[in-house]
Amino acid sequence: MTGAPCQVTRDEALIFERSRPGRTAYSLPPLDVPTVPLETWIESRFLRADQLAGLPEVSEVDVIRHFTRLSRWNYAVDLGMYPLGSCTMKYNPKVNERVARLEGFAQHHPLTPEELSQGSLEVLKMLEELLCEITGMAAGCLQPAAGAHGELTGLLLIRACLEARGDARQKVLIPDSAHGTNPASAAICGYRVQTIPSTERGLIDLEALRRAADSEVAALMLTNPNTLGLFEEAIEEIVRIVHEAGGLVYMDGANMNALVGIARPGDMGVDVIHLNIHKTFSTPHGGGGPGAGPVLVTSELEPFLPVPRIVRRPDGTLALDYDRPRSIGRVRAFYGNFGVLVRGLSYILTMGPEGLREVAETAVLNANYLAHQLKDTYEIAYPGPVMHEVVFSDKRQRAYGVRNVDIAKRLIDYGFHPPTMSFPLIVPGALMVEPTETEGREELDLFIAAMKAIDRECRENPELVRTAPHQTRLGRLDEVSAARRPVLRWRPEESNAPSGSLSEKRVASPEP
Amino acid sequence: MRYIPNSPQERAEMLRAIGCATIEELFRSIPEKFRLREPLRLPAARSEAELLAFFRELAARNAAATEYAVFLGAGAYHHFIPSVVEALISRAEFFTVYTPYQPEIAQGTLQALFEYQTLICQLTGMEVANASLYDGSTALAEAVLMAERLTHRREILMARSVHPEYREVVRTYTRTLGLNVRLMEYDPETGGLQVRAVTPSAETAAVIVQSPNFFGVIEDLEAVAARAHEVGALFIVVITEPISLGLLRPPGELGADIVVGEGQSFGIPLSFGGPSLGIFATRERFVRQMPGRIVGRAFDAQGRRGFVMTLATREQYIRREKATSNICTSQELCAIMAAIYLSTMGPRGLRDVAEQNAQKAAYLAREIARQSGFRLRFSGSHFNEFVVHSERPVALVLEKLRERKILGGLPLERYYPELRDCFLVCVTEAIPRSAIETYLRVLDEL
Repeated sequence: MTGAPCQVTRDEALIFERSRPGRTAYSLPPLDVPTVPLETWIESRFLRADQLAGLPEVSEVDVIRHFTRLSRWNYAVDLGMYPLGSCTMKYNPKVNERVARLEGFAQHHPLTPEELSQGSLEVLKMLEELLCEITGMAAGCLQPAAGAHGELTGLLLIRACLEARGDARQKVLIPDSAHGTNPASAAICGYRVQTIPSTERGLIDLEALRRAADSEVAALMLTNPNTLGLFEEAIEEIVRIVHEAGGLVYMDGANMNALVGIARPGDMGVDVIHLNIHKTFSTPHGGGGPGAGPVLVTSELEPFLPVPRIVRRPDGTLALDYDRPRSIGRVRAFYGNFGVLVRGLSYILTMGPEGLREVAETAVLNANYLAHQLKDTYEIAYPGPVMHEVVFSDKRQRAYGVRNVDIAKRLIDYGFHPPTMSFPLIVPGALMVEPTETEGREELDLFIAAMKAIDRECRENPELVRTAPHQTRLGRLDEVSAARRPVLRWRPEESNAPSGSLSEKRVASPEP
Repeated sequence: MRYIPNSPQERAEMLRAIGCATIEELFRSIPEKFRLREPLRLPAARSEAELLAFFRELAARNAAATEYAVFLGAGAYHHFIPSVVEALISRAEFFTVYTPYQPEIAQGTLQALFEYQTLICQLTGMEVANASLYDGSTALAEAVLMAERLTHRREILMARSVHPEYREVVRTYTRTLGLNVRLMEYDPETGGLQVRAVTPSAETAAVIVQSPNFFGVIEDLEAVAARAHEVGALFIVVITEPISLGLLRPPGELGADIVVGEGQSFGIPLSFGGPSLGIFATRERFVRQMPGRIVGRAFDAQGRRGFVMTLATREQYIRREKATSNICTSQELCAIMAAIYLSTMGPRGLRDVAEQNAQKAAYLAREIARQSGFRLRFSGSHFNEFVVHSERPVALVLEKLRERKILGGLPLERYYPELRDCFLVCVTEAIPRSAIETYLRVLDEL
């Protein structure tokens, strides 16, 4: 058996490189209507002449093997702990997948007449009402397809509301600990961004906020708990400052997993909030979507919500209301990512009120447990009573020439997905860890042991950490060269690149 | 609670380990007055069996494509989805992962997205594509913002035959930025644009045309491109039915600078309009202004090929308010579904399915036009959608069809008041001839 490639660990070529002329994977019934020459229906100058050359020609077996092999190079929540901070990588319940795939939903065309769409409309109406109860808000819109889309929608609502008050304003205040989508969303809405610093405790600087809260302030965008995992204790004062300046308070609900069933943003005076159904409400992240980012608002902002609104007629049936003269308009075609929303509803109905409270309690307990067990090993830049996540840093390990990215890559060798590192920007060398409630104690203990072992390695053998990961199919990839001379698609000549060889034996990826 | 592993005893032990007497103590940073004293007023927790029964009952209230013959299109299309798509996408390794920030343990997602980007380039004839946006409508809005960044001009010239809901989204996105959207009328005879209606100026950032347009009419993209480029405007082409690319010349050959579209037809269920797939492709020279995630090729220290998210300096997590868009989570799983669908269909399958759509639509259109009281509203070339003009009230016609379990089309009056006697009909390969014949019989009996 010398010289033969190892089947399981071998490289998997691109689907285009697997293409062999004449292979097929599709089936269609025979065309069952009388035909005419195509040119009588479509002018021939509109028809393509390239025979779709380049699309892969493969069999069904090829397709299955190809994508199954690819899938095995991914680390997933169903394999183990995925403590990617602020992303709430909790378990994705399987019954929700069954619900979304019911044919009455999956095969339901969005332009079906309302009377024949009562099931889907009921799903949306019910979810909107339950999210209002969970957040303490008055009304909502389910159209936004992701959190950042919800931010955009929320800021447009704020702008419309202020314009209606006759007081359009210019700037949005954003704490320096915020996620990058907040300033990016504000910019799309035409706002100038003013950054509000954090105190040494990691909370919003009230004095700085007061100074910034002038007559130009449209809104404060506040993530609460913030990205350090800290609850803004002065929330009442924060809201008062912004409201007295004539602005509105936008809450980024990305971290709602810490609050659900415990406290409601609406009760705190928040005017607009978006939720991430794919975080708090358990729907799968799908490698970066689809998600859903519903926006909930106070009654003052309700008239501005996107069209259509789902309304109940006197006879109890549901209808789509487009007659909303003050609406900001649509933010998406149709009604949002329905398939994600129905999974979210399924989750809320599974958990019930006590279950949702237990979610927040356990998520917070788990994060505190990690913070407690690791605080002597890794620096916590802003120690405080953490909520659902804790931000460590590489401050102590840096003395050995090891950075947060090295620690993260080494965690991969121990069988964990790394924490978030790209923010918060106010913590140099951040390692933002969010365990979520769906990790049990022994998984947390394994993670703690791995983090402690890596710290030992930093002192005893830092090179081992700096060159991690060692257990993956590929080593660290050269992202700088990739960005300098981007190759963003396959071309036939690509297949002659240095790594095309199938016979070179690879190291196996982490196995379940 | 079955999704929370820790037992009550483990929970108590962990609390003890961190020195807390009660769970309540963990929430001490939340002011007392804001802490809920009562449980949320939500329905009580349901078992799995109860939950499924509840949703089955709701799903049964919808007229789904399994029970009705759906002749609706207009941005969402009922196509057959090969079983492999569902089988592969249901693998937890694809759907329980997030954005591939750690390429060493995300090569599956990254390589599949690189393949998706390549497939979109091949189909559209464009040079680069991103790894997805939310849907066709928001992809168009993002294209408009990109055109503004590239040209620093303030006017958008958009065909009125672009999907009305897409136009509304563009309006929502651009209003606050003060961009001026000017509409171009369709030719009342052909349903397409007349070149003389395309009147961009030196202030025009982009000319936007959908093809096939909302009426199903194929536009003369080459002619429009020339008009746009004469004044230095970008040409944006919108596609809501990408199966058409199996037959039609790719916009990249016809002068498009940006191609956006809805990719739902590529293996993604209707699902009441979402999740769907925002397609976005452009020219290489504009790539650094492109919104969204992009996957590129990279090598490790040993020269082995892999894939990473690249050109991140465009993105919000690096550039914050100076980013090219605020996109973070988009629709990557749907992009992978499209990659699986297109790999399964291959060049011949995609051409075959496109041809079946065209032939079936052509057959129904031909036969409807032979019925008294009905005619095709527009004379241009069509793909799988067409507008029918009816002498009988549209509502009555559609009601009669509905009695025979046929959703016969979309009344156009709400979108185009001048077309109040018209409805939009779509025929895909998923409609059997028997349903088409029933459709014709109902019209005949009117």
